[in-house]
Amino acid sequence: MNTSERFARLADLPFTTTDARGLTRPMRGGKIREIFDRRGLLGLLVRRDLQARYRDSVLGFLWTLIRPVVQFLMYYLVLGQFLRAAEGIPQFAIFLFAGLTIYSFFAEMVYGATTSVLSNAGLVKKIYLPREIFPLASIGAAAFMFLVQVVVLLAGAILFQALPSPVQMLWFFPAVLLILVYGLAFGILLSALNVYLRDVQYVTDVVMMLAMWGSPIVYSWTMVGPAFAQLGLPEWALEVYTNNPITLAVLAFRQAFWGAGTPADYPPDLALRMLVAGVIGVVVLVISHRVFSRLQGNFAQEM
Amino acid sequence: MVVSPPPGPVVVATKDLVKTFVVRKDNTLKERIVHFGRRGRAHRQEFTAVDDVSVEIEAGTTVGLLGPNGSGKSTLLKLMGGIVSPTSGEVHTRGRMAALLELGAGFHPDLSGRENVFLNAAIMGLTRAETEAQFDDIVEFSGIGDFIDTQVKFYSSGMFVRLAFAVAVHTDPDVLLVDEVLAVGDEAFQRKCMERIARFRKEGRTIILVSHSAAQVQELCDRGIVLKDGELVFDGGINEAVSALRDVLEGRRVGEKPPAEPTRPVEVTRIEVLDENGDPQKVFRAGAPMTIRLHVHAKHDLPTWATGFSIDTPAGQMVLATNTERLGRELGTLTAGVSTMDFDIQSANFGAGQYFINANASEIIDIDTHVLWQGARFSMAGNETNLGSVAAAITATT
Repeated sequence: MNTSERFARLADLPFTTTDARGLTRPMRGGKIREIFDRRGLLGLLVRRDLQARYRDSVLGFLWTLIRPVVQFLMYYLVLGQFLRAAEGIPQFAIFLFAGLTIYSFFAEMVYGATTSVLSNAGLVKKIYLPREIFPLASIGAAAFMFLVQVVVLLAGAILFQALPSPVQMLWFFPAVLLILVYGLAFGILLSALNVYLRDVQYVTDVVMMLAMWGSPIVYSWTMVGPAFAQLGLPEWALEVYTNNPITLAVLAFRQAFWGAGTPADYPPDLALRMLVAGVIGVVVLVISHRVFSRLQGNFAQEM
Repeated sequence: MVVSPPPGPVVVATKDLVKTFVVRKDNTLKERIVHFGRRGRAHRQEFTAVDDVSVEIEAGTTVGLLGPNGSGKSTLLKLMGGIVSPTSGEVHTRGRMAALLELGAGFHPDLSGRENVFLNAAIMGLTRAETEAQFDDIVEFSGIGDFIDTQVKFYSSGMFVRLAFAVAVHTDPDVLLVDEVLAVGDEAFQRKCMERIARFRKEGRTIILVSHSAAQVQELCDRGIVLKDGELVFDGGINEAVSALRDVLEGRRVGEKPPAEPTRPVEVTRIEVLDENGDPQKVFRAGAPMTIRLHVHAKHDLPTWATGFSIDTPAGQMVLATNTERLGRELGTLTAGVSTMDFDIQSANFGAGQYFINANASEIIDIDTHVLWQGARFSMAGNETNLGSVAAAITATT
């Protein structure tokens, strides 16, 4: 392109403005449009995360499967057989693996996103990119791992003949959607906070470990009510426990893969509860993105 | 010096730009909680890196951001690139922007060169199809050859930089931001960078460059912006800008270290550059006579002494030096107090640019000499026929 053509093209372009609120492009659609325009880069960053993870290992992608399978066997044997949690829960293997799959998706999204901005410090400091792309890329990588696990889960469920009716399997979508909204909300928020305060990633790690026991993953939801009653906790404690979005997502996800469940295994109005949790999740997501936008202006200086 | 095409439309404009940082002394959760609220104020410190800077940069110009360390020039570049947001004021930019990333910041060591090229190009805003079209050119420019499918962690640092640079220059940027990265790589590669930047200028691209090397900036840029403590102190032609930068640097030097009392028996206290009429001058024309007058101070009477001077380019390269011993002059007794010594240069055949004069004096040359570094400065003008630090009469014949 010669000089005069370039100048003519430049003279027609509108200006991009950077002020105290960050960079604004002269077009409609805001950040979502901007990230959508960079989807090619987002895809490459997800691939980079995944490719780099098992580079130079002989088994490569098999490790994606080995870890969850070993984890599953451990819980299945120790909790299910030794501690007899499997008694009273038919198809305990599928019951357990379904819960683990969706929970580890959430944990990986949040933890991966938390460290994502910091681990891309070299890029953040040197070039403008919509910074949301870093937590999104690590969430994308987590989503890929999750899908691989879902394939394993599906294969297992077919093998054990545990699948429910095809209509019931549609619960898969709201469950994933709900966990995705919360994973995004917390991931984006924590990724920004972690730049300013490195303790965040360690706190996240510990909280994620605890949160696993705060949802009916290795035990069933029906055990919680009597246990709470025994402890003398008021009625609303069970409501709080049940309406925890992770619990709701785990229960809905289990509906999709664990055919042995009866309506008594689930709280009433699960769909409505999920809808409310989803709306709240979207609000939280919007707020956390606002916080992220405010904080990202100084990322380059804080690293 | 490359002659740039006439400037085009404004591509980067800053308006009343201010950037303040809060420097915190407490960085762990515990300390933050302990110092929460009002007591926390004592642990914060505000620092203004860029203070009310308004500039406009037209397309097709090459601009150098100059200033001492900590003057805010890198912050200003980051603000222009949208990498940090201003505290107040606005930055307006248009066109495709690319940044020369330091040693390939976007490279992942575990990926192959090929994968990294695609990744880095996407970071710079190229689509996959655009990268594919450019791929062979990028590999050829980098000179990586068959190593392109090797993981970049096995690359030498030179190969790494070459590949990163190759990607950056093939992204077809309208505005290229360069932050101190041209100092890396071997000489041949640096040459290649300079050539590519010169070509960029011809193509009407805009280059904004931060550099400590006054010589490099003078060679590349046609406009200089000088910052001091975040404030704009000069904006104009590159030669004047480099002079302004020198003033800023010298002002700082005086502030840092007050001149000490003379401790050696003989010291150079001042250097003057005079024309044929004996008047101090700052600008000389090639071929004009020049007198360098050294003022020396002796603590007590000395039976013998020697003195000399050297002339350097801003890059520190010596272009002319001599001393009384070389000139075969035996100097007699030096009486206590201030004396002067004149060196007359019949015709000063220096090329256009800036020069610095250093001078030394001692009882016997090379032993315990006192050197006054950069005691005077002059610039050469009027020689349009050749570049370099020497002026010569050249005619071209076929």
